[in-house]
Amino acid sequence: MGNPMKIRAANKDGVTEVKVLVSHEMETGQRKDSAGAIVPAWFITELTAKHNDKLVLSSEFGPSVSKNPYLAFKFKGGVKGDKIVVSWKDNKGDTRSDEAVIG
Amino acid sequence: MNNQRRNVLKAGSGAALMAVLAAAGIITPGMALADWNKAAFDAKSMADTLKALGAGTPVDSKDVQVTGPDIAENGAVVPVGVASSLPNVSMVAILIEKNPNALAASFVLPEGTEANVQTRVKMGQTSNIYALVKSDGKFFMATKEIKVTLGGCGG
Repeated sequence: MGNPMKIRAANKDGVTEVKVLVSHEMETGQRKDSAGAIVPAWFITELTAKHNDKLVLSSEFGPSVSKNPYLAFKFKGGVKGDKIVVSWKDNKGDTRSDEAVIG
Repeated sequence: MNNQRRNVLKAGSGAALMAVLAAAGIITPGMALADWNKAAFDAKSMADTLKALGAGTPVDSKDVQVTGPDIAENGAVVPVGVASSLPNVSMVAILIEKNPNALAASFVLPEGTEANVQTRVKMGQTSNIYALVKSDGKFFMATKEIKVTLGGCGG
């Protein structure tokens, strides 16, 4: 399940800016541990964001997105109190969904 | 302190939360968010990546901006952003030429979402980063070199 995401959404002049901080290792699969064995890749592959029930962003990540990925984007519309839901899925099939309201 | 109750809560919370989310329609069963483009993320070279993304040979455009530091002290966390003033941008991707796999992330932007995304990426070494933007079905790109003093992809 992973740890909760931090999501901030703020509307300014009709445009909502969403900032997401995801808690995830984002292991590349290129690193070796102290014994020399390759640390298996473990990273988020897909992340989507919805405003109420409308999809506002759909992204695909590779392992070269930083550990604890940060993402910021903007969409038109959204009013204070609307719900933003962000969901991710990683290469091990783990998923997580968190929500925030536009402030 | 009722320990048993604590344990039940602990054990149950994960599964219960999933069930609640599923019931609320937030997570629909079989929600394959989108099919992860394995070919594009596995591609090593820029050319192969562009091909896997179906981008062909993108045109350099002044209307695409790629932002980031000139010098990144820590290659593990390099803030990059892509913005574009082109109309009807439906897709944005960030590519790092000299990483083991060039493609870092791609974003599909539904109508209403602005062509302006920021994220953080890892860079193994000094490299050009490319912002790829799809506007009105055509691909455009912009480049920026980021010097890395400490790589973020090694061990």
